[in-house]
Amino acid sequence: MGNENGFLVALRDVHKVYHRDRIEIPVLQGINLEVREGEFLALMGPSGSGKSTLLNLIAGIDSPTKGEVHVAGESLGTLRPKRLAAWRARHIGFIFQLYNLIPVLTAYQNVELPLLLTRLSGKERKRRVHFALELVGLRVRASHSPRALSGGEEQRVAIARAIVADPTLLVADEPTGDLDAKNAAEILTLLQRLNAELKKTVIMVTHDPHAAARAHLTLHLDKGVLQP
Amino acid sequence: MRFVAANLLRAKRRTFLTVFSIAISLFLFCTLRTVLTSFEASLRASDASRLVVRHGASLVFPLPLSYRERLKQVSGVTGVTYGNWFGGYYQDPKNHFAQFAMDTRTFLDLFPECVLPPAEAEAFRAERTACIVGRSLARKYGWKIGDQVPIIGTIFPGEWMFTLRGVYEGRSKDVDENTLFFHWDYLNESLPEVRRSQVGVYWLRIARADLAAAVSDRVDALFENSPQPTKTETEKAFQAGFISMIGNIQLLLAIIGSAIVFAIMLVTINTMMMAARERTTEIAVLKTLGFGDGLILRLVGAEALVLSLLGGILGCGLAAVVFHESDFTAGGFFPNFRVLPGTVVQGLLLASLMGILSGIVPSFQAARLRIAAALRKVA
Repeated sequence: MGNENGFLVALRDVHKVYHRDRIEIPVLQGINLEVREGEFLALMGPSGSGKSTLLNLIAGIDSPTKGEVHVAGESLGTLRPKRLAAWRARHIGFIFQLYNLIPVLTAYQNVELPLLLTRLSGKERKRRVHFALELVGLRVRASHSPRALSGGEEQRVAIARAIVADPTLLVADEPTGDLDAKNAAEILTLLQRLNAELKKTVIMVTHDPHAAARAHLTLHLDKGVLQP
Repeated sequence: MRFVAANLLRAKRRTFLTVFSIAISLFLFCTLRTVLTSFEASLRASDASRLVVRHGASLVFPLPLSYRERLKQVSGVTGVTYGNWFGGYYQDPKNHFAQFAMDTRTFLDLFPECVLPPAEAEAFRAERTACIVGRSLARKYGWKIGDQVPIIGTIFPGEWMFTLRGVYEGRSKDVDENTLFFHWDYLNESLPEVRRSQVGVYWLRIARADLAAAVSDRVDALFENSPQPTKTETEKAFQAGFISMIGNIQLLLAIIGSAIVFAIMLVTINTMMMAARERTTEIAVLKTLGFGDGLILRLVGAEALVLSLLGGILGCGLAAVVFHESDFTAGGFFPNFRVLPGTVVQGLLLASLMGILSGIVPSFQAARLRIAAALRKVA
């Protein structure tokens, strides 16, 4: 895959500054981070510490003010928007805190969305969608709309959507933040299984120490600076 | 397309209202456009070798019947007929259509575009109270040969009873099939002495169409110094002049039509912008999944296009069906009021244009949406 020095994710002196009116707000300051393929990394930190921003940079949905982001063999700063979108489709599976399923589509159609960007046949898409839904234990709910699902089920559909195209990297932004303890535990177990059985590299942002405990490695972010 | 359809059905009431608004505007567009095409059809149906002679001052003043013999003598004239506009209605004032009292001896020879079987033509000529009607008119009121047709006169008051003896067909689709013709003699005899032997209009058949100007000049010169001077012109010029009495219809209709379409386009733009704004997070999610800017632009644009086309199909289709099924003639003013296929095509093109224009702003906004910023607003 041509990873940066053998790392799936490598960030070099990454800075991110937001501008609100005329005020500069530094969010990330000189981040250096390396993640090997197959790892399960948890990023912790207080609100506003820059966790989600860091995750967005790794997922290629935001760009750094300064520094380099290398993920899955690409320097993201060099990619034009069209290629970056194609790169995300190929390499990134994103799991949101609020699930973000498309409400007018069924669970099946939501999971199928990333496959519509591929050249897979309808039959192969169907096979993959059923496989992903089976993996998260929701094949019987394929025809249900998100409104008919519980929070935990919605998040499992979102995970099925994230893995259906077999991405290189799974990024999860507080995936249990909106769930009760039981559902949260189920989601974390699922992420662990994806990491262990399907060898998916997982980077998860969380507030919850119990969630972070499921990861191989936990890094802390405070005021935009990464702590060991 | 599935995604576009799902989004359109997301807010069914809003989609319905928007489609309905577009449909109304396209219905009006087709209607106004059909007014123009009907005028054009009536001009097309005009015979180039037929002249119309009327009073030089105004159409409302009659000419003496005695002009008939003098008109026959004019060089280049091969036939003369005459008639009067009757201006009545059938049973109810809203059932208004054109009726003419015509000289039955000559009228059908000068108007060969009204095709009548010889036996019916003979029966029409033979009976003083007989009438003939166009095929569309007969179909509209369910009249059959032999039926009694009572017409209430407005210019010539009273109830006038006619017996239907023939149904004519137009030789081409532009020919009016919504007119009733009856005997001029029957009308003339029924009038008080002071109103008799007066003709509304003479029609002249000329030997060749290129003689029209010369014959017109000769006729008008003939009556120049008489108490009832004439104005002679081609049938086409007469029709055009008749239409122009209403004003610059084409400009007026274009302004009204454009204003309606423009107003509805603003409504559609607003709807599409609202719809796109409500889905900011979803668009951000799609982009996160790898949907490129171009694809997002096409998705949102397709939604606007489908919305407008649905309205267009509904509006244009409704206009075509309604005006065809109802045999609408605007009280006989538009005898061939039919929405032409070309008008439907124009309406659908206009709907497509509305869709494209109304989709431009929201689809570009969606395509240029910055994912992280959009997701941050929600979080």
